[in-house]
Amino acid sequence: MEKHVVVIYPHPDDESFGAAGTIAKFREEGVPVTYLCGTLGEMGRNMGTPTFANRETLPEIRKKELIKACEVLDIDLQMLGYRDKTVEYEDRDEVARHLKGLLEEIDPSLVITHYPDHAVHPDHNALGAAAIEAVRLMDEAKRPVVWAQAISRDYEEVLGKPDIINDVRKHFDKKMEAILCHDSQAGGILGQIKNYQQMNSEDRDAVVEQFGKEQFYTWNY
Amino acid sequence: MKQIKINDVQEKLEQFINKQVYVHVETTNGAYASHFNDKAYNVGAYVRNAAVTFSQAKIVGDGKVFRAGLKMEMGWIYAEGLTDWTIEDDNKLLLAGHDREGRLMVSLQISETPFRY
Repeated sequence: MEKHVVVIYPHPDDESFGAAGTIAKFREEGVPVTYLCGTLGEMGRNMGTPTFANRETLPEIRKKELIKACEVLDIDLQMLGYRDKTVEYEDRDEVARHLKGLLEEIDPSLVITHYPDHAVHPDHNALGAAAIEAVRLMDEAKRPVVWAQAISRDYEEVLGKPDIINDVRKHFDKKMEAILCHDSQAGGILGQIKNYQQMNSEDRDAVVEQFGKEQFYTWNY
Repeated sequence: MKQIKINDVQEKLEQFINKQVYVHVETTNGAYASHFNDKAYNVGAYVRNAAVTFSQAKIVGDGKVFRAGLKMEMGWIYAEGLTDWTIEDDNKLLLAGHDREGRLMVSLQISETPFRY
């Protein structure tokens, strides 16, 4: 059993879309989980459907959504205070040292983050790279295992099959509940799945297919 | 935000003339544009809290979509595709353009005090 799991992603909602099922499974086993959330998604384009946020109110709204999602998932939350879409312009080593300090304090057995260069959003790639570097900088004896998540279209062709494939259908409702906390982001993908419980079985199967599996690569140091 | 009414926004813009103000300008089609559509391009630009002074400000448009331009001593700031506006706390003028799904595509914001950074 894991001792403590730390999830490191840059945006409120990355945790829900990317790893909520895995997180729910760990919580069910009684494993503490901490989310280190890089930014508040300040630069998001989605302003709610219909629009209820604007560029200036969005950070506070997304912060509340994030806190709610973490309550649903029953996990600890630390907000790292970077700014959305700027993580890749920060000093990589400085971010890595920041994360290393936090990891040494929390002392997890497992870290979940994005797979650098295969995670589409520049913040995903940059924070993933910094997280992997942070663990590399740790004492070898104290290093947690790292699961890196790729989301690019062609990642399987480039990286091969992920070695960690979590079937999270058992925690599907919990995952949806967490995703739906991020109401302001409902314009995109969320809009279509908002009423998944009322969907016909074919559409529902498609949603389950899309969100019922969470895959990671164990990072090889 | 609400639909732009040209006279109301023009009046607001003029209140900032010849004062030192902070400007936020941004345009974006999102970080996932070419992920969802490999023929699309990811483009965007972003300036937050540029301290400027302008001597003229004008909003122009056809009643639905608007352009706004600010004339500075040594250059210009403009944005197009603006559809909505609001006044946020502390007298900040926010102008934005949203697509059909309500996603922000462009914004021009002006304030006498800095935007949160």
